[in-house]
Amino acid sequence: MPDTIVTGGEIPDNANEHCPGPESEDAGKADGCAGCPNQEICASQASGPDPDLPIIAERLSFVKHKILVLSGKGGVGKSTFTSQLAFALATDSSTEVGVVDVDVCGPSIPKIMGCEREQVHPAGVGWSPVFVQDNLGVMSIAFMLPDEESAVIWRGPKKNGMIKQFLRDVDWSSTADNGTLDYLLFDTPPGTSDEHLSVVQLLRESGITGAVIVTTPQEVALQDVRKEIDFCHKAKVPIIGVVENMSGFVCPGCKGESKIFYPTTGGAQKMCKDLGIPLLGSIPLDPSIGRACDFGSSFLDTCPESPAAKAYLDIITKIKQIVEP
Amino acid sequence: MSNHAEIGERLASVKHVVLVLSGKGGVGKSSCTVQLALSLVNQGHRVGVLDIDLCGPSIPRMLGVENYQIHQASSGWVPAYVDSDKQLSCMSIAFLLPSKDSSVVWRGPKKNAMIKLFLSDVYWGELDYLLIDTPPGTSDEHLAVVEYLQEWNPDGAVIITTPQAVALADVKKEINFCEKVGLPILGLVENMSGFVCPHCAECTNVFSTGGGEGLAKHLDISFLGRAPIDPNLVMLLEQEDKTLVPNVNDSEAAKEKTASIVETYQRCELSSIFSGIAKQLEETLGESATT
Repeated sequence: MPDTIVTGGEIPDNANEHCPGPESEDAGKADGCAGCPNQEICASQASGPDPDLPIIAERLSFVKHKILVLSGKGGVGKSTFTSQLAFALATDSSTEVGVVDVDVCGPSIPKIMGCEREQVHPAGVGWSPVFVQDNLGVMSIAFMLPDEESAVIWRGPKKNGMIKQFLRDVDWSSTADNGTLDYLLFDTPPGTSDEHLSVVQLLRESGITGAVIVTTPQEVALQDVRKEIDFCHKAKVPIIGVVENMSGFVCPGCKGESKIFYPTTGGAQKMCKDLGIPLLGSIPLDPSIGRACDFGSSFLDTCPESPAAKAYLDIITKIKQIVEP
Repeated sequence: MSNHAEIGERLASVKHVVLVLSGKGGVGKSSCTVQLALSLVNQGHRVGVLDIDLCGPSIPRMLGVENYQIHQASSGWVPAYVDSDKQLSCMSIAFLLPSKDSSVVWRGPKKNAMIKLFLSDVYWGELDYLLIDTPPGTSDEHLAVVEYLQEWNPDGAVIITTPQAVALADVKKEINFCEKVGLPILGLVENMSGFVCPHCAECTNVFSTGGGEGLAKHLDISFLGRAPIDPNLVMLLEQEDKTLVPNVNDSEAAKEKTASIVETYQRCELSSIFSGIAKQLEETLGESATT
């Protein structure tokens, strides 16, 4: 059955009576661990507090806001939203922005942000991110793959190792002109698994500002998104709010409005009301968005008159207001 | 190794095992798995659907069995039956969760154990097809299912994509995964390929078009077909009552009722496309429809 998330040294609620603690040397291996629902997880992790956590905290100490973009459901537009948020934040040249793409199996960010063929190189103080603009840096495993068609067939521990390297070894200080990186955005894969657990655990000491959760209106998506919200609660990640993407379609021919992904159970609006979470806004489907992503350009720059562009900007303004009151 | 032998025993009564893969999330793996299953059942076959997307199990809601109370018989866990003739069955972690909002936050080893359990302990009985719906990516779940099935020679994988480049990039990786693990690729489906505006009948390529077919040609993979976006299908997969024929463009019209989702699906325009896809699949596997 589903386990409690082990995010720190604290004893989980569902642990056995004589739990040695998830970070003990005996975690998962002590006699008292037999039968505990978390035993396998504890035994498969290295014991003792992670020595890299303080290093990561140090690396990210000059980052003002760390925002995770999550969903639970695939294909709702997490990467699209992360990239447009990054582009929009970086239009102010005094705002320094970084994007970390932790979708190890399907890293879309480089393509969407127009830096697909780049490679990363180690600099003296760590890896240098790829710069899309002077004030916008990106890190993704895509930059390390020999070719774009190679599958990354990694089990959890190897993925976790890569994510840790991103956080520990990337030197963001080159993006931080004035000694501050204003925003570090994390694009995540769908689900509630290794990558999500790793990011939350690795950022435990340095702190997460919050999560923006992306969904589409239909129940099939909301079902997965409610699980993601449950994950955030379990992992104590603050939720900034929910974005409802692909919310309605405007025909470019006749301008008639129609729905493709029906909000049969009330869409994100009802879900947010039921769960007491802010709805940041709704973005309609515009084929130009997909085209912009395929060509690696900023949709907000290429199609500023689109109703979707206005929706994006309204949501981004709200996020800034919440995060920097 | 004893659990692998149990898997072999379960699969001995299954004629064909087909994985449905993508690489990219949200392209319609689950909805295509369901449509393929419904089409095969309509063609007279007995089909099981195994949902190994442990974090986001969509199949039960789509098939209308999300309230199924899982139980065991002496022969194993009993899957949920979708129709009264028991031609279509389904197993998913969704049936094991205390509530449908509960997240499954498991690392790899625990996910692998669950998948092994599904393959060794579910009593499917005689099946013509076992379709396995997978999560996006090329990771633990995919490695696990291929590893556990390898001894029993699964027939292969159907790959789902949407037309745009961002999706194709992930799908190329999935195809590379299949090659690396020796899983035959039975064909590729290009989903969400165009949307016909209900007001003016103009087709807009919301997620571009042709990319999937182009990729299949380029990689010499069988192109099984192209499916446009159909809001009536979306509605069918969403609505709780699967016996109501959806008609989203005419909400005033009286709702036609059918006996089960198998029949309702036949009223959706996409059923003719997936009927063709199912037939192609059967030909590839050396079978023919029983009706």
